[in-house]
Amino acid sequence: MNKQALVEMKGISKAFSGNQVLTNVDFDLLPGEIHALMGENGAGKSTMMKILTGIYERDTGTVFSKGQEVQFKDAKEAEKAGIAVIHQELNIIPYLTVTENMFLGKELTVGKTGILRMAEMKKKTEEYLSRLGIDIDPNIEARELSVGQQQMIEIARAIAADTDVLIMDEPTAALTDREIEALFKVMRGLQEQGVGIVYISHRMEEIFKMCDRISVLRDGEYIGTKVIKETNFEEIVKMMVGRDIGERYPERHVELGPERIRVDKLSHEKKFRDVSFSVHQGEILGVSGLMGAGRTEIMETIFGSRKKSSGEIWIDEKQVNIRNPYDAIQLGIGFITEDRKDEGLVLDLSVRENISLTNLKRISSQSVISKTKETELVSKMIEKLRVKTSGSEQSVKSLSGGNQQKVVIGKWLGIDPKILILDEPTRGVDVGAKKEIYQIMNELTERGVAIIMVSSDLPEILGMSDRILVVHEGKATAILDRQDANQEIIMQAATGGNSHEKSGS
Amino acid sequence: MKNQALSQTVQKLGPLLGLGAIVIILSILSPNFLELNNLLNLLRQVSINALIAFGMTFVILTGGIDLSVGSMLALGAALTAGMLSSGFDPILAILLGLMAGAIMGALNGFIITKGKVAPFIATLATMTIFRGLTLVYTEGRPITGLGESVAFELMGRGYFFGIPVPVVLMIISYGVLYFILKKTTFGRRVYAIGGNEEASRLSGIKVDRVKVAIYSITGMLSVLAGIILTSRLNSAQPTAGVSYELDAIAAVVLGGTSLSGGRGWIFGTFVGALIIGVLNNGLNLLDVSSFYQQVVKGGVILLAVILDRKKAS
Ligand SMILES: Nc1ncnc2c1ncn2[C@@H]1O[C@H](COP(=O)(O)OP(=O)(O)OP(=O)(O)O)[C@@H](O)[C@H]1O
Ligand SMILES: [Mg+2]
Repeated sequence: MNKQALVEMKGISKAFSGNQVLTNVDFDLLPGEIHALMGENGAGKSTMMKILTGIYERDTGTVFSKGQEVQFKDAKEAEKAGIAVIHQELNIIPYLTVTENMFLGKELTVGKTGILRMAEMKKKTEEYLSRLGIDIDPNIEARELSVGQQQMIEIARAIAADTDVLIMDEPTAALTDREIEALFKVMRGLQEQGVGIVYISHRMEEIFKMCDRISVLRDGEYIGTKVIKETNFEEIVKMMVGRDIGERYPERHVELGPERIRVDKLSHEKKFRDVSFSVHQGEILGVSGLMGAGRTEIMETIFGSRKKSSGEIWIDEKQVNIRNPYDAIQLGIGFITEDRKDEGLVLDLSVRENISLTNLKRISSQSVISKTKETELVSKMIEKLRVKTSGSEQSVKSLSGGNQQKVVIGKWLGIDPKILILDEPTRGVDVGAKKEIYQIMNELTERGVAIIMVSSDLPEILGMSDRILVVHEGKATAILDRQDANQEIIMQAATGGNSHEKSGS
Repeated sequence: MKNQALSQTVQKLGPLLGLGAIVIILSILSPNFLELNNLLNLLRQVSINALIAFGMTFVILTGGIDLSVGSMLALGAALTAGMLSSGFDPILAILLGLMAGAIMGALNGFIITKGKVAPFIATLATMTIFRGLTLVYTEGRPITGLGESVAFELMGRGYFFGIPVPVVLMIISYGVLYFILKKTTFGRRVYAIGGNEEASRLSGIKVDRVKVAIYSITGMLSVLAGIILTSRLNSAQPTAGVSYELDAIAAVVLGGTSLSGGRGWIFGTFVGALIIGVLNNGLNLLDVSSFYQQVVKGGVILLAVILDRKKAS
């Protein structure tokens, strides 16, 4: 290698209380390179980067930063050495403004007085945001923003740090296509300035489009590094999973039963109006649209966690009144929420307790929980979904992102739903697990479950749905049969191009 | 994984080790400390705080706080004493008193859930209201002349196979609450709500109901403590229970329950209440002035919590 590596990690090993998660892993990053780090959920990608930045201590191995052996004590030290991170988990403080979040911990002050130079910080924030091509008022509180926008703030913060190493742990999971485009442009700009970027993502298209090299981990072991131009999708997947997984989307044999749920002119005061659709037994209805179009809000309203202003919901030809999630669950509706950390999981509780949460009635008699029934349910789900844990007692907080998602799914499969709503079900989930989730969806529909799947991933919508509902600014702009749909038609309807109704039922 | 479980157990043992250390020190300093009489007496003193702290554990586990326990204790005790002095059947009076406690607690719960008032503020207000109502009802004077009923005398002064009845009541309550928290769906919901209220709601848990129930239980336990106190003193004091919430919260925190909710256990609270009781009792035996006692107690609480945080990180 002619250029000196910005970062070099050698023989890194790490165990969390006896659970070996990294074994003898190597990694290096060159200036001006975008280096993808790939691996299944729980392979140890985030842990590897946390070791680099001093958040976790390594058990063995050495880390060099620009040729110097280093041992950062915390993230701040790493940042001083020019290494900035955008973490997989958002670190935004909801009640602070955009500017305050941007400069958190490194506020500009007048000398050492602690008096803030507000105007200057605001100007800088605006500057960085516009570089990312986003239009957000720097004075509003972060909680007003969508998850995607919050993510963009994090990205802006990391870029503002003027570093020469940037680590991005699944930065695009919550972003819209437009935001992703803007982000990629900025990444290219940084690359030209000689910044090295570590890019972690489960989206193959992005990796192949953006990256120069790719390193793969499997079960905490280093499998190898490839130059992107000399490899292909199949090879990488095989390195990650250790076997061929076949097609990305499993084949669907649809046998539609009678109508299971019908939503009629459902409206919400602010978020959407007059949304109508129906889903049959055994059918998957994909719901597409831009971020912020109101898809999640529609689902929340069906599930009773948001109040409708008008409209009707019919289940099995009977009109139902769903006032809260409890009612929805009684009617056999399951809801896999978009935001697993805030809405899906109780992070402090164990895998077991989280899976049980929706199933307490089922595993108890006279309110007393039966240990046998609980263990049975939980181990069935862990096995079925192949959740990677050190055991059912591990706290979900310490699971990898993708495995957390599987726990959320397990929670809802337990209730044997008649209708299952999935909101971005494969966000942050690795290729192998994605396919497993699709297969589970197929199994469910074969048993007559009606599925509503909200997704921003167009290939996924096209690959899995039987019909597709497109939402634009709170209105249903199209209902398409799968064979009539393609990316262009969906995008057109999603951006309000023209509305062509086409009902399949 | 084994190690993790082990280190968790060690961490859980922390409060117990602390208690052990204090007991050893006190028994060396004061030979009277370990006498059976003194120990039974100590447990009886502990029972009042422990009962309140048990309820407080549930409240804190859901991420709440109840400052009104002392006032509920006083009002419930006054109402019970009032009924007794006007010739009510003692058992009925006790039951009605407990029910009043449950209602006061439920009121806290409703204000917090339906009124969407932060628990600290809501119970700060009801603390004042209940205390005021107690003063109105008693006209600021102790209620005496509670009659000669055996059932009522037993509550505070009786023995059951040589064990003071308050201690028996405390142990029974502990058993029941431990079971609820550990083995029932209700207990599981309590932890879930404290850990993540929104996720719990979306999992079909009726969060409001659980909270109302919890504050209600706390109200009832506070009044139970109040009735024991009244029986011991053979009178209901309008100022009974003032600042009892602090000892209860201290017991919960000493026991290792997190004030932000979701993590904790009732056994720890039991040990926490014992630590406070042992300190009170021991410092009395050692003739430490009550002014210094406060300093020592505060210091121990700080030390315990700091040690606990150190271990956790
Ligand atoms: N603080 C922790 N305590 C215990 N185990 C942990 C902790 N952090 C991570 N782990 C375990 O280490 C393993 C690797 O986790 P890591 O988050 O690095 O995976 P990842 O490759 O980033 O996965 P994903 O793609 O799902 O984000 C997982 O099995 C996880 O459960
Ligand atoms: Mg990760």
